[in-house]
Amino acid sequence: MKEIGREEKSVICIRCPLGCHISVELADGKIQSITGNTCPRGAEYAARELTDPRRTVTSLVRVRGGEYPVVSVKTAGDIPRDKMRDCAAALKEIVLTAPVRMGDVVLENVCGTGVNMVATADMAKAPET
Amino acid sequence: MRGTMKKDLVIIGGGPAGLAAAAAARETGVEDLLILERDQHLGGILNQCIHNGFGLHTFQEELTGPEYAGRYVEKVRSLEIPYKLNSMVVDLRAEGSRKIVTVMNREEGMYEIEARAVILAMGCRERPRGALNIPGYRPAGIYSAGTAQRYVNREGRMPGREAVILGSGDIGLIMARRLTLEGAKVKLVAEIQPYSGGLQRNIVQCLDDFGIPLKLSHTVVDIRGKERVEGVTVARVDENLKPIPGTEEEISCDTLLLSCGLIPENELTNGLGTSLNPVTGGPFVNESLETDKEGVFACGNVLHVHDLVDYVSEEAAQAGRNAAAFLQGNLSGRGREIPLVGTDGVRYTVPSSIDVSRMNETQIVRFRVGNAYRNAYLEVRCGGELLLSLKKPVLAPGQMEQVLLKKADLAGRKDLKEITFRVRTQV
Repeated sequence: MKEIGREEKSVICIRCPLGCHISVELADGKIQSITGNTCPRGAEYAARELTDPRRTVTSLVRVRGGEYPVVSVKTAGDIPRDKMRDCAAALKEIVLTAPVRMGDVVLENVCGTGVNMVATADMAKAPET
Repeated sequence: MRGTMKKDLVIIGGGPAGLAAAAAARETGVEDLLILERDQHLGGILNQCIHNGFGLHTFQEELTGPEYAGRYVEKVRSLEIPYKLNSMVVDLRAEGSRKIVTVMNREEGMYEIEARAVILAMGCRERPRGALNIPGYRPAGIYSAGTAQRYVNREGRMPGREAVILGSGDIGLIMARRLTLEGAKVKLVAEIQPYSGGLQRNIVQCLDDFGIPLKLSHTVVDIRGKERVEGVTVARVDENLKPIPGTEEEISCDTLLLSCGLIPENELTNGLGTSLNPVTGGPFVNESLETDKEGVFACGNVLHVHDLVDYVSEEAAQAGRNAAAFLQGNLSGRGREIPLVGTDGVRYTVPSSIDVSRMNETQIVRFRVGNAYRNAYLEVRCGGELLLSLKKPVLAPGQMEQVLLKKADLAGRKDLKEITFRVRTQV
């Protein structure tokens, strides 16, 4: 007979390209065991994925006067998974002015997550024509 | 045409392979080298791969494509390696031991470079619609996934509002997420094979996270719309990948992205008369990543299509060191080349031969399997003897495999005729 409140959940790890299939055994919502991971990062990911799933968001911000009209950005750390779309939408409100340097903070505390959005590429000024 | 320039080493391509090869060649003592890049920036395709996940092996951290490229561009600059941008190599030929590279750019016109050694690092391109035989009209709104990636991530333009993606290669999966975050609706990813061609992590974080359905064993059988795509018809396929009548489903969309495989870009290699492997579309190379033309090396996606840029960098650095050794007279003449043979599910190997006298203490052999397997073994044999057996919980065509051969295991074997690589499924 199955114990009450005991369940097993499976998670595919996204921390590296191996994509380990990890099983997490829970009892009354508490983690009992984690199996199937190749490294400690996997165990950490699986535990987090079931309690507070988080992702790094990569997207774009418009740039005025740059060599290209957009520059790539990322969250400087992971943010809650359910904030990804809000985060992308918030970026639509911003227009930067070239030049932009890799690592520049383009938006602080995105959507109240406490995480900054930073540029992941340089964007030089467009050459004068 | 101007007079001929002379260089010890010419590297064709300034993407991840070319940059890593150039840096390694310089660090091994090559003074007189030049990178030729046809785009206006170094970094190649990484510049449009704005997602993260690059660099875990190389830098032990997760970088985006532009950040990963930036590290190598910085390295090339600090090593003061010369490069030419907006410079397209239009021909490559061999005259005796000399290699003649014909280059074209706006400032200098067309000119020739005579090189003692060449590293091929031209990368790959996408399989186009014409190669896929999808019936229907030719409306606007059909893009290869990488083209759409360039439009969105570089040019800041959206290809459409409602998309269907055919093929579950990594670029297609990444673009599903990208279009969604930019406000478009991705209705479906259809994959003709019963398994995805992309990495598991990308199915999770690009499709599952956004509720985008993936239909395996499905393909697009019709494209509707004359001026602009209005919709596609998707159908289930049987085990021979033939559409099953009666399973058609109409999906309205204004955009169809194709993510159906990559092809090494070897038109220049052909000009050398170098033989290409029909399985990879890249040149055959030996343990030194040297093609059958002495002094011509290949690395990265022009050699065989990789999943991970980290392995491209590693392979390219090896090609760079070997080119340096060749130029310095430290790469001994070719001896007996032992063929590496893939059988029973192993489709090819890179390298395709090994000269034991020239190999390093260890040699990485990379390959792909032709099918999806669970709990199988990768076996390496020479003659009847088992050299290596590795248990693999998951093997899939979308994931490149590698094994390490040890010189100690091979040296001194007089009976060494070939080394075979295979998948063993039964226990």
